[in-house]
Amino acid sequence: MDIKAKVIDLIVEELGVEIGEVTLEASFIEDLGADSLDTVELIMKFEEEFDIDIADEDAEGLVTVGKAIEYLEKQLS
Amino acid sequence: MKRLEDKVAIITGAARGIGFSIAEMLSEHGAISIIIDLNQEAIDIAVQKIDDMGNKAIGFAADVTNSEEIASIFKEIHKKFGKIDILINNAGITKDGLLMKMKESDWNAVMDVNLKGTFLCTQKVCRYMIKNRSGVILNIASVVGIMGNAGQANYAASKGGVIALTKSSAKEFASRNIRVNAIAPGFIKTEMTDKLPQEVIDNYSAAIPLSRMGTVKDVANLCIFLASEEASYITGQTIQVDGGLIM
Repeated sequence: MDIKAKVIDLIVEELGVEIGEVTLEASFIEDLGADSLDTVELIMKFEEEFDIDIADEDAEGLVTVGKAIEYLEKQLS
Repeated sequence: MKRLEDKVAIITGAARGIGFSIAEMLSEHGAISIIIDLNQEAIDIAVQKIDDMGNKAIGFAADVTNSEEIASIFKEIHKKFGKIDILINNAGITKDGLLMKMKESDWNAVMDVNLKGTFLCTQKVCRYMIKNRSGVILNIASVVGIMGNAGQANYAASKGGVIALTKSSAKEFASRNIRVNAIAPGFIKTEMTDKLPQEVIDNYSAAIPLSRMGTVKDVANLCIFLASEEASYITGQTIQVDGGLIM
């Protein structure tokens, strides 16, 4: 499974949103209804699923679906 | 079914004193007590005592001020049991002395164990509780964290800090069904106070409305209640077990 599809799946599962809402521009907090703890949990989920460590400084920048995918693709390439 | 049947409970500083009494009583109520303390020998004795009563306990030697050590032990516990239900931050030390003469190293040591240790254990355990949408954290504070005490500026400040940490974490975790409360014991009879001269004990007792020292069981009983479902609507509170010493 490619990274993008997997990330979108994880977001749908973690945040309980419809797959159609998970566009690249969607902000986790403003568009997908996540609260600050949800975003921390999501980052933890990414770390677990992709077996990587995401530094706090990096995590702060991952505010949209697109940014998260871009970051993870870069880390895992 | 027992009140805390199969709950996985971590208690820091639990090889003796108040911590051990809490671990012992949690096990009596059906929980698996995980004793964290510095000295392996003391841990083994504590685990054996609980085992001898037919209840469940295991132990790990670790320093609560060591973030990596705590993280790896909590991970191991989670792997073994699949969950962590209860954390009791009990580990604490004193390095008493008048403020004017207090060494910076004594200030730091007390802050490190009592306040930073509580923070680190809370931080390392919360990911498992958040994922589980359930958990109880109890922080052992002290009445001196509320009223202050001459000769204990470091200890009182650390315990006051624990109370504020309790309130902040209660607010952060409430939406995930994790309750965080503090217990503030007053003058409790332990091995440490057994060494005090009777005159000192009498003087202290005279200041307590219930005119006696508390027992470790008085503290442990409150822990059982706060850890149980019966306390499901209580969070962010500091409850005193002090015989009415301060009101």
